[in-house]
Amino acid sequence: PCCYLVKKLMNKSCDYEKRVDSRTIYVGHRPCPDTEAFIPSKFCDNRIVSSKYTVWNFLPKNLFEQFRRIANFYFLIIFLVQVIVDTPTSPVTSGLPLFFVITVTAIKQGYEDWLRHKADNEVNKYPVTVLEDGRSVKKESEKIKVGDVVEVVEDETFPCDLILLQSSREDGTCFVTTASLDGESNHKTHYTVPDTEKDLQALPATIECEQPQPDLYKFVGRMHIYKPEQEPAVRSLGPENLLLKGATLKNTKKIYGVAVYTGMETKMALNYQGKSQKRSAVEKSINAFLLVYLCILISKAVVCTTLKYVWQSKEGQDEPWYNQKTQKEKDTNMYLKMFTDFLSFMVLFNFIIPVSMYVTVEMQKFLGSFFITWDKDFFDPEIQEGALVNTSDLNEELGQVEYVFTDKTGTLTQNNMEFIECCIDGFQYKHRDTRSELDGFTVTDGPVNKLQQKEKEELFLRALCLCHTVQVKEAGSEVLADQVDGIDGLLLPQPEEERGFIASSPDEIALVRGAMEYGFTFLGLESKSMKIKNRENNIEEYKLLHVLNFDPVRRRMSVIVQTKSGETLLFCKGADSSIFPRVRPEEVDRIRMHVERNATEGYRTLCVAYKQLSAEEYAVADTGLREARLALQDREQKLMAMYNQVETGMSLIGATAVEDRLQEEAAETMEALQGAGMKVWVLTGDKMETAKSTCYACRLFQRGTELLELTVRTLEDGRLKLSFLSCRSWSTANQDYGFIIDGATLSLVMNPPREADASQYRSLFLQICQNCTAVLCCRMAPLQKAQIVKMVKNSKGSPITLSIGDGANDVSMILEAHVGIGIKGKEGRQAVRNSDYAIPKLKHLKKLLLAHGHLYYVRIAHLVQYFFYKNLCFILPQFLYQFFCGYSQQPLYDAAYLTMYNICFTSMPILAYSLLEQHISMEILLDNAALYREIANNAMLRWRPFLYWTVLGIFQGLLFFFGVRFLFSNPALQDNGQVFGNWSYGTIVFTVLVFTVTLKLALDTRHWTWINHFVIWGSLAFYVFFSFFWGGIIWPFLKQQRLYFVFANMLSSVSAWLVIIILILLSLLPEILLVVLRKPRGPHSRQVYLFLPFPF
Amino acid sequence: MMASSYSAKEEDGHHSGSAGLGGAAIRTRKPDNTAFKQQRLPAWQPILTAGTVLPAFFIIGLIFIPIGIGLYVTSNNIKEFEIDYTGTDMSSPCFNCSQSFSWNSTTPCKCVLFFSLDQPFESNVFMYYGLSNFYQNHRRYVKSRDDSQLNGDQRSLKEPSKECEPYRTNENKPIAPCGAIANSMFNDTLDLFYIDPNGTKTQILLIKKGIAWWTDKHVKFRNPGGSNPNLTAAFIETAKPVNWHKPVYELDIDSENNGFINEDFIVWMRTAALPTFRKLYRIIQKKNNMTPTLPRGSYSLEVTYNYPVRSFEGRKRMILSTISWMGGKNPFLGIAYITVGSICFFLGVVLLFIHHKYGNRNNSSDVPN
Repeated sequence: PCCYLVKKLMNKSCDYEKRVDSRTIYVGHRPCPDTEAFIPSKFCDNRIVSSKYTVWNFLPKNLFEQFRRIANFYFLIIFLVQVIVDTPTSPVTSGLPLFFVITVTAIKQGYEDWLRHKADNEVNKYPVTVLEDGRSVKKESEKIKVGDVVEVVEDETFPCDLILLQSSREDGTCFVTTASLDGESNHKTHYTVPDTEKDLQALPATIECEQPQPDLYKFVGRMHIYKPEQEPAVRSLGPENLLLKGATLKNTKKIYGVAVYTGMETKMALNYQGKSQKRSAVEKSINAFLLVYLCILISKAVVCTTLKYVWQSKEGQDEPWYNQKTQKEKDTNMYLKMFTDFLSFMVLFNFIIPVSMYVTVEMQKFLGSFFITWDKDFFDPEIQEGALVNTSDLNEELGQVEYVFTDKTGTLTQNNMEFIECCIDGFQYKHRDTRSELDGFTVTDGPVNKLQQKEKEELFLRALCLCHTVQVKEAGSEVLADQVDGIDGLLLPQPEEERGFIASSPDEIALVRGAMEYGFTFLGLESKSMKIKNRENNIEEYKLLHVLNFDPVRRRMSVIVQTKSGETLLFCKGADSSIFPRVRPEEVDRIRMHVERNATEGYRTLCVAYKQLSAEEYAVADTGLREARLALQDREQKLMAMYNQVETGMSLIGATAVEDRLQEEAAETMEALQGAGMKVWVLTGDKMETAKSTCYACRLFQRGTELLELTVRTLEDGRLKLSFLSCRSWSTANQDYGFIIDGATLSLVMNPPREADASQYRSLFLQICQNCTAVLCCRMAPLQKAQIVKMVKNSKGSPITLSIGDGANDVSMILEAHVGIGIKGKEGRQAVRNSDYAIPKLKHLKKLLLAHGHLYYVRIAHLVQYFFYKNLCFILPQFLYQFFCGYSQQPLYDAAYLTMYNICFTSMPILAYSLLEQHISMEILLDNAALYREIANNAMLRWRPFLYWTVLGIFQGLLFFFGVRFLFSNPALQDNGQVFGNWSYGTIVFTVLVFTVTLKLALDTRHWTWINHFVIWGSLAFYVFFSFFWGGIIWPFLKQQRLYFVFANMLSSVSAWLVIIILILLSLLPEILLVVLRKPRGPHSRQVYLFLPFPF
Repeated sequence: MMASSYSAKEEDGHHSGSAGLGGAAIRTRKPDNTAFKQQRLPAWQPILTAGTVLPAFFIIGLIFIPIGIGLYVTSNNIKEFEIDYTGTDMSSPCFNCSQSFSWNSTTPCKCVLFFSLDQPFESNVFMYYGLSNFYQNHRRYVKSRDDSQLNGDQRSLKEPSKECEPYRTNENKPIAPCGAIANSMFNDTLDLFYIDPNGTKTQILLIKKGIAWWTDKHVKFRNPGGSNPNLTAAFIETAKPVNWHKPVYELDIDSENNGFINEDFIVWMRTAALPTFRKLYRIIQKKNNMTPTLPRGSYSLEVTYNYPVRSFEGRKRMILSTISWMGGKNPFLGIAYITVGSICFFLGVVLLFIHHKYGNRNNSSDVPN
């Protein structure tokens, strides 16, 4: 207890021991006999901190972060200038909107951080049971220290990384799902450290293990167990002994484990990587336009400042007798005066870059994304879920996709495996009526020996039954079954045979079920012995000696079992390419034909081989495997080498074919995407033949598509293939090309032996890929998928990429692409969580892109252009007015109008437009995929449309100002001869402006819902109402009653009415003219093109 | 962020607890099938086609051209006479006054200008003074006023707004009315005489009421002390604007037109939009239907020349004008309407031509509009 405090203090310095290669943990903090003095090592506590702020640092830190955004900083500067310098407009005009924006953002971020705090607390305060001095003590999770023995019960998550010491299961195992870590929802078996199955209260042991590292599947450690009067026993520890924080205990009542990594050092915390902020292309356009407007703004200010001093240099202009300067002004240094004049002009014209645009864009994105979650077409009755939007920043990017990278398994296909057929020794077996039959298809010449064939058959089926890591779901956990993915309840004719299997890959379950249909039922694994019920309903028992686990490099797995009769057998199953080189060559040909035929039919094929091990052979293998498992260093490599050594000289028994069905409407979706001008790339870890057949089935490859293969096999034919391919003329007619490359070749392309070739290879590769309609990349590692996405993303023209996938292996490419889409599939939630948008099914992608994406893009592009336009023609008259007021920074409009213009008068119609506009109805968009091409390449935010809008803004601004200017050549505008002053001038211009800008939007609106009517006419009515109200009262808080009855008097003047009407009409005339003059193009573009409110 | 990866554990048990955007509520429920949420609100989808726009062009043309002609004729019918009395020319009668101007002179300088009207002015005639190159819209000038002082606020009378600097105080007394605008109030006196053919001069009655906005006169501008007729007392302890000859309570003998509610003052206080402007000075009311307000003949304008404009190269004008329903003489609106109307009409014709010549090809396959 006294050292507790010391330790607590020491815990603070987490990284103290970082440099040491391994850490030593004293189980239960008990000093161990032989070791030197018991040194309580310093590790960090089990607190997880994901929150960014505390109550104290929230305000400064948040403000600092917000003002790091360039726009916010700009507005802050403008505000400060207004406060410090004597400027024409009050600081309120820009301070209020800025304050609003900052506050709203701060509240939003504060709320999010509060949620994070809550989540942190939930985890940190979670009660856990710790064994301490022989008693169970309830503690908060954050108090767990390295070395504590922790008790975890079923369905609880592990509070930190634990070494499994004791399990309530007899065989010393426990089941775990790591769905929240890597997305694999299957149950994984973890094992206790051997020989610790005794009193944990007084287990004298130390654990030596590596320092924390993020790889979830790697762990190397050693446990020393001290027994009185004995050499300490050493047990190797591997990932199978390590229970990761965040994983959940399943099917096991209770376990005990010792904490090895805690808090921020757990593998889960180390694996956490913040999602990098994705910025959409539209935002980049906005920034480019902003720069243009900033230049306009600065040049305006410079022009005005210069002209002001030119004008003032004339005698009597600067300070006429009627307009003397104050003493302070006279005293000011001339250059300082110039500078403040420049700043004043900046402030006067700063409305050209409106704060409100950022607010409106944010609101549009936030509110607009609800339409995706609300869309009932995205609702999948099977999983009772609709679409999910994780970020609203990228809505419009959905309308700009050029490259689609899709995963195959689970995305294009259902990942719902079904055993279709098998081939045993060259004979094809197809499952019909639960009875195997020979279809006579054979390549063997010799007569079929029925007896021998039967033996082979049974060997094959036993292999299927034994060579796997499937577990039988126990009857006791029936209730749970429905909640866990990856369990396949199996219904057999006999109800008592109801059996559920749990496995890491659906293929295995399909195979075990397949074997069952042929009469061999796997009954389960009990204390290292596997039970099989054979065709004669006899139970066969096999002792499981070793499992040579599956890994994606070897692409195979093996088991070594011992039969009752003492024979030692090795069964191996794996991909054809990894099995064929390891079996006798003469057996291969018979099977290969079947495998290749199956593969082209779109089935997943596995080959099964076996080998009988003699006692000596087994002894060698056994010791080798054990040694490799105990190794602390390079355990992986040693194991791999050992596996490879064991899995040789096998004999091939047969092959299996498992079907993975296509997703609903997969082909239609792919066709639509291609029709929309997107290039679809399939990136899969699957083998080429299977992937190719899937591509054919999805109509990515058509009959006429010429396939270009660049695989290891073709590479051997000629090294120059790549350059040869790229040299061929692509223009040859309308030939479609499909391109296939595999992982090994890709890594050759990406990392060629000679570094100098790298860029050349890459560009050649890209050139080929970009000329193909569809590209298939097979046998990809997750990282390679991301590599490809990155390469395309960074290629010339930086095309917009979209990745879609459902599994943990797709996360890297989902994060890499501009838009990441997760499918709420069977492979857990990892992809969904890391995605920007999640949809239940692949078929929803079509609507998401073609309808939602298209509309979002059109909406936001129009929003952005409109915002710049309306502020240009808002500020231009103000600029022009400077020429008539002695460059004195006199604002043309009243401060209220300046402030309200963007906030109230013109903001709602464009917001409604940007949420509701459907210039083409969704049905037409979905029917004509080609419409998507109309907006490709950011078409509405290129320089040409921007120029059009700018010219329009300038035209209208000039018109407003000079129209009223000519009217005011005689300011006696009322029928009683009274004259109008400068505020009437500004009010007339402003009225014309508000009406024109709103009506311009009305002209562009192609989809008038009642909301559009309401906000458009409502805004205009509000403007009129507000102006009456604002001018109708002597406002006590105003220093000057500038607008008192100005608006009412304006309306009493017929001339003002007439000028307002004609100016509005004249401003809109070119727009109307353009709409009429626009020529329809293409077959159905007439119907469509006239809808488009924008020119190209 | 990291927190959301914790919520994954809950997801495993199918609890919804994520803070994801709008996700939490939707997760378990089917989205509502409402027209709004499904973006299927009934909508009017107007299509601008040549068919719909062409008639609009013609209609606009047909409406605007007559309006324009009407406006043009109206504007042309307005009689306007303008005379510059700045006195920059040696030949000008006011040359001496303009040259010998000094702020301290006690004797007003007077000059007389003779002019003749070729046509009679039939209806009410409005007399304006016009100033050129006078920047009443200069920012420093525009803001140099205190509206609450002008509204009769006692506190502002004693303590005028800072905006009035440097016309805020004089000799430690607050200036009423303060500010540059008030200080530079136009103070020339213009008198108009009709000279009979036989040589007799009759002064024309100039009415000084009704030249300011009604709301300004009755609401925005108020004398301090409310309805107290003793303005001298109300303005005690204040100084007159430095350039004024008389204090504000001596602007007129009529108490309804004195102090801040003096209409000349109110008119001046409404700052002009452009550096060349006119302000209503007096109204000459029509006497009866028989005689024109201002008959053809000779007139003399007697100017009490107080207002210096030479220093900033300004000009002073006197304008006599009749008024129509659209205000003073300004051909701009008429021309604008005629032009726009003609353009619309012309465009209509061109479009019709194009539509007929090229549009038919498309129209053949088209749904009739």
